[in-house]
Parts: sequence; structure tokens; C-alpha cells
Amino acid sequence: MQEGLDDGPDFLSEEDRGPRAVNVDLQTDATLQVDISDALSERDKVKFTVHTKSTLPNFKQNEFSVVRQHEEFIWLHDSFVENEDYAGFIIPPAPPRPDFDASREKLQKLGEGEGSMTKEEFTKMKQELEAEYLAIFKKTVAMHEVFLCRVAAHPVLRKDLNFHVFLEYNQDLSVRGKNKKEKLEDFFKNVVKSADGVIVAGVKDVDDFFEHEKTFLLEYHNRVKDASIKSDRMIRSHKSAADDINRIASTLYTLGTQDSTDKIEARVAADEDLKLADLLKYYLRESQAAKDLLYRRGRALVDYENANKALDKARAKNKDVLQAETTQQVCCQKFEKISESAKQELIDFKTRRVAAFRKNLVELAELELKHAKVLGNLQLLQSCLAVLKGDT
Amino acid sequence: PPSCLPAEDISTNSNGPKQEILLDDDQEDLFAEATEEVSLDSPEREPILSDGPSPAITPVTPTVIITPRAEASMFDRSLDEDEDTEENGDTFDMQITVSDPEKVGGFGCTSLNLFSRNEFSVKRRFSDFLGLHSKLASKYMHIGYIVPPAPEKSIVGMTKVKVGKEDLSSAEFVEKRRSALQRYLTRTVTHPALLKDPDVIQFLENTELPRAVSTQALSGAGILRMVNKAAEAVNKMTIKMNESDAWFEEKQQQFENLDIQLRKLHASVESLVCHRKELSVNTASFAKSAAMLGNSEDHTALSRALSQLAEVEEKIDQLHQEQAYADFYLFSELLGDYVRLIAAVKGVFDQRMKTWSKWQDAQLLLQRKREAETKLQYANKPDKLQQAKDEIKEWETKVQQGERDFEQISKNIRQEVGRFEKQRVKDFKVVIIKYLESLVHTQQQLIKYWEAFLPEAKAIA
Repeated sequence: MQEGLDDGPDFLSEEDRGPRAVNVDLQTDATLQVDISDALSERDKVKFTVHTKSTLPNFKQNEFSVVRQHEEFIWLHDSFVENEDYAGFIIPPAPPRPDFDASREKLQKLGEGEGSMTKEEFTKMKQELEAEYLAIFKKTVAMHEVFLCRVAAHPVLRKDLNFHVFLEYNQDLSVRGKNKKEKLEDFFKNVVKSADGVIVAGVKDVDDFFEHEKTFLLEYHNRVKDASIKSDRMIRSHKSAADDINRIASTLYTLGTQDSTDKIEARVAADEDLKLADLLKYYLRESQAAKDLLYRRGRALVDYENANKALDKARAKNKDVLQAETTQQVCCQKFEKISESAKQELIDFKTRRVAAFRKNLVELAELELKHAKVLGNLQLLQSCLAVLKGDT
Repeated sequence: PPSCLPAEDISTNSNGPKQEILLDDDQEDLFAEATEEVSLDSPEREPILSDGPSPAITPVTPTVIITPRAEASMFDRSLDEDEDTEENGDTFDMQITVSDPEKVGGFGCTSLNLFSRNEFSVKRRFSDFLGLHSKLASKYMHIGYIVPPAPEKSIVGMTKVKVGKEDLSSAEFVEKRRSALQRYLTRTVTHPALLKDPDVIQFLENTELPRAVSTQALSGAGILRMVNKAAEAVNKMTIKMNESDAWFEEKQQQFENLDIQLRKLHASVESLVCHRKELSVNTASFAKSAAMLGNSEDHTALSRALSQLAEVEEKIDQLHQEQAYADFYLFSELLGDYVRLIAAVKGVFDQRMKTWSKWQDAQLLLQRKREAETKLQYANKPDKLQQAKDEIKEWETKVQQGERDFEQISKNIRQEVGRFEKQRVKDFKVVIIKYLESLVHTQQQLIKYWEAFLPEAKAIA
């Protein structure tokens, strides 16, 4: 499993098929490698080909592939969340649902308006929209791949049975999406959880490390959210401006020298999108997952403290003492188990975060520089041309 | 029966300076749209609120407002590179500067004759400029001179692109208008015939101008024009001119195409200006957000890098603002000017058609008079016969005049179009080079900023 690096101009090319773990810094591990080797976009669903290479004895073969859809990824993610044994881990955030609605709408509108524009304009716009569609497609593939890679890199999660079934079972997993009733249940569960979360967060932690993490994560999460929203807006404006420049260039330089110049602004925007916006979006989800971990630990702590109080009461009344002792022990174990792994998870989270930001910020700067240099030179060239031609 | 134009068009007082205030439909303000506000009492700002005559010449030092990228002297004609032989050979090179109305309560208008070093500074109201254009249009358009159109009155841009949440602030609006007036005057005095026109000279030199009554009456005349424009459109359809000169047909087609392209371009540039302003706002907002994120990040090196990123984005925001400015003043305004100029060019072509039509109608009428005379010869009515003979003489003269007018306007238009095209190439070349230079500059700045940031990003450990 390699970290894929996207080199600017080829971003929109079809040939680029390497794994794209851009937002995480993961160690390569020969015992289990997972990637998405192919993807197919059908009417309203995307089919991912999940490819596994493993030396582990758990699997029947050393190399195999299955086809999975988005719902199956969600099923896997939810099974981790619901598993009590994993309460002490940061569960890798689920990939977002593939959303081609906007792009499809644009393509449809273009088709409807075909009569009102020249053949040239139509072909050009169609190319642009197709490129946009392709970019979104590549992104969703990357998001799903990153999720799987994170799971595969986690010392405990990689051994999960559901995960192995997900990777190996070559039939449909028959995980239907949630029906209305289940979705409503989820909604209420979330409301309860957030309310509870507030209560739990209010309890001061004895452990300094966790207390600090709690405060830090709360603020960080909010700020990442804000930065993510703002960066999206900025990049959208950039893309609009790039579209305008496109149109202007094609009206001006009718001699066909336009190809290089007008696409560059669009590429700058696309690169910013990839390196900056996606990074922020990903860490928005990861920081939420980290917050969830803290919540679970906080919840366990509260339960533990309550169990202690109950035990004292039971001893005082000398009634149901055994039961209270068992409960207290269970809570204690649960809390300690979570605390132990949580600390390491949070430290790892920080390491990953710092590494991912470093990588993306460096790449962002390098790409911006590359484009600026190309654009600057091209423009100079164009201006010379303009002077020589003495023409509009 | 031949389509006869309304009586006023056949009047012979079409040459020579017009003294009448009310404009008749023949000399229409071609860029005035029917939907435009024509009255002077429109809600837009007028620099002068007082009603009296302008005060004495104030020594207005040419306060040229230098915009960051577009120097106001862009249309400087200090060295006229035109090798064209003008009719009389003596070309006056004039430098026009129009300054900010805020300070002196009216647009300060300074004309410097680079030859004689004579300088005049006067105060003019916006309506004065419009009045000048009206007069010039009425005098010269019908003989085929392309009279530069005056700036738009309405606040909304020509392509009516939404300017976004922040509409033109008053300072921006005034600057836009000031710059447009300067370009307008400069173009006007660049025209060899217009430069010598007494109205123009009066405009540039006289302390007081008679208050432009015509612009006040524009409300009424404006409506009149609208009505006649409609009638003319119908007329145009019935005038089928036998174009003996392929040059005119070719040129008309060219201008049609150019018109379409320029309008498209103009719309795109206005859209770009709008989006760049939006981008600037969003970049600044993101910069702040990134700074906040950097503050809460507990890894020191990453925190510092994020703060640096915020600073870079802030600087980029500045760049966007400057670029938007350049987009606007260099490009967008020039395109708007040319869209209006082309309307004026199309106008003179129309005038030529009308002149031809007039001539044809005169010929037809002459023929009718001759037929009438022949009939009268057998009718034994000596008085009527004599009258008929007189009328024939009259109309023979008119036919000759019609032919002369047509040839004159055709000649003028050829000259004007040649001048126009040369000027167009020059103007666009200058602007494009300046624009591209500003783009190169922007990219160089970007390189500087990102090169400074890169080591910070790499330093994250």
C-alpha cells in the first residue's frame, strides 16, 4: 500500500490509478494490503472493486478481489462503532456518500441547451463537465480507500471478523440501507448522545492528559469545521473565476494557443480543493471520531463513578452487595480498558494529523508555485505574441 | 407608392452647425435605450446641486487619479504616432484630464494643448458632457462621422450583471464616471474634425456654459426618439439598398460580428470582476479561519505553519483585489466603450442608407414631376405648366444634392472606418499588454509568497 502522490497536470488524466492515501500517513505492511483497484459508476450507485493482498492465514487466498457498494462500507463502519470491544479506539470515519447529483444536473442542463450554442462551445463545455465528474469520482474512490487503509493499519481492527468478511466474501453482503424507522431511531439516538455528551463533558477528569485533550479537541473540531466551510467557499469562487477566464481566453485567443493557459486557473482551484479542502474535511471527520472516543471514555468514567457510589450505598445498607460489586468491577474494567487504548489512540491521532498536514501543505505550496511559474511564463509569451501580431 | 420618409428628413439644413436645442429624430442618440432614465431629475448623484453658473476658473492642477494598475494617462496622446495624412495637415495634440468632482463641486476638466502649451481648466457638470455629445451627434452623424458616445447615465452596467452584495459605493461610482468622461473627451478631441468644432472648443475653454437645456428637454425628446426609432425600424426593413459597393456590405457584416464578440467578452469580463471580488472576500475569511485553527493547534511547528498559511492567504486576497481592479478598469470599461462605439459606427452606416434613400426618393419624385409636366403640356394651362417646370428645376437640384450627399457620406465613412480600426487595434493592444503584464506581476508575487511559505511547511516535524 503506497501513498499516492498526485502530480498536478496529470490529475485529470485517466491513467492515474495509484492508491490515493493522501490524507493519512500510513506505514506499509506486507501482511495486509488493501486498495480499491477499480470503480464503476452506474445510474445511481458506484461499485468499488476492493483488492486485497495478504499473507495472513485467515484468508483462503493470498490475493483476491470483491465488489462492494457504499452501503456496505457504512455497514462495516457501524459495526465497529457498535462493538463494545472497540470503545477505546478512534474508529476511522466513514467515507461520505458518493454525490454526483450536482454534476449530473449540470450535464443534463448542458444536453438540454445543446441547440443554443455552437458545436465548439458544446464540446468544450462537455469536456469540462466530464472532467469535473471524473474528479468527483476519483475523490470518492480515494475516500473509500482511505477508510479501508486506516482499518487495515490498525493493530486490532484489522483482525475484525466483519472486516475479513467484507474483504473476502464475494457475494453481496445484503446490507440494505436503513429504512425510515431505523433512520428515525438513529436520529433520536444522536440527539440523546449529544445531550449526554454535554453532561459527560462537564465532568472534570482526574487525568490531566484527558482533560487537556477534551478541551483541545472541542475547540479544534469547531475551528476545523469553520476552516473547512471557508475553504470550500473560497475554492468555489476560485472555480467560478477560472470558468470566466476560460471563456474570456477562448474568445480572445482564437488561434488555439488557449489550451494551456485557460485550464491552469482551473487546475489551481482543483489542487487547492484536493490539498486543502479535502484535508480539512477529512480532519473534521477524524476529530469528530476522536471526540466520540473521549465521549465514550467519559461515559465509562461516569458509569464507573456511579457504580462506586452504588457499591458504597449497598455496603452501607448491606443489601445486594455482590451484585453491586460485580457491576462495579465490570465498569472499572471497561473504563480502564478504554483509558489505556484511548491515550495511545489520541497520541497516534496527533502524529497522523501533523504528518498529513505537513504533507498536504508542502504539496499545496509546491503545486501553487508550479502553476504560478507556468502561468507567468505563458502569459509573458502571449503578450509577446500579441505585440508581434499587432492584432486583437 | 414609394415609401416616403416624414417631411422633416428632407430638410436641407442638415449641414452646418445646428443651433436648435430640441433634437429632431434624424440625429438620434444612438446609445440611449428606451428603458434608460432620461430625465435630469434621476435619483443618481449630480456633482453640482447649485443652479447658478459655474464660478470663475479655479487653478485646477490636473489631479490625475492614478489607479493602482491602470494609469489615467493611458489615453495620453502626447505623441501621436498616426502617420495618416489628415485633411488639413495640422493635428493638434491635446491632453485631457478630468478630475474628481468631490473637491471642486464639478468635474474639473483640463485641456492641455501639447503644441502651444496652452492650458484651460474649467468645471463641468455631467449633463454638460451629455449636452456636448448631443450637439456633436446632431451635427456630424448624418454626414458619416463616428461621434464618440458619451458615458452611460445608468448605474447598472451595460451587461446588467449582478454586481454582488456590495453595490458600487459612491466613491467607486464617481471614479468610474470620472474615468469614463476622461476617455470620452479624449476620444472626442482625437477626432480631427471634432477637435476644431466650436462647441468642443467652447466646452473646453469657456468659463461658463449655457446650461444644457437640451438635456432637460431630453425627457420629451427622448420619448420622441423612442417612437421614431420604432418607426425607423419598420422603415429600414422596407429600404432595400442596391449596394454597388461591396466594401460597405463587407464592413457592415464585420461590425455585426465584432459587436457580438465584444458583447460576449464584455459579459465574461464583468462576470470575472464580480467573481474575483467574491474570491477576495472568501479568501480573507478563510485566512482568518486558518489563523484561528493555527491558534488552537497544539503542535508548535504546525501551529506556526498554519499561521503562516493564513498570512499568505491574506496577501493573496490583496492580490485578488488589485487584479479585480485591473480587470475592471483596463478591460471591462474599454470593452463597454467599444460596444457603444460600434453602435455609433452602425449608426453612421444607417445614416448612409437613409441618405441613399433620400436621394432615391428625390429621383422618383423628379420623375413624377416630369410626367406631370408632360401631361400638362397637352392641357393648355400655361400657369400650371410654368409651375411644373419650376418644380422640375427644384427637384433636379435636389437630386443632384442627394447624389452629392450620398457620395460625401460614403467617402467620410470610409475614412472614419479606417481611423476607427486603427484606433481599435492600438487601444486593444495597449490594454492587453498592460493586462498581461499585471497578470505576470501577480504570478510573480504568488511565487514569492509560496516560496516563503514552503520552508515553514517543510519544517513541521
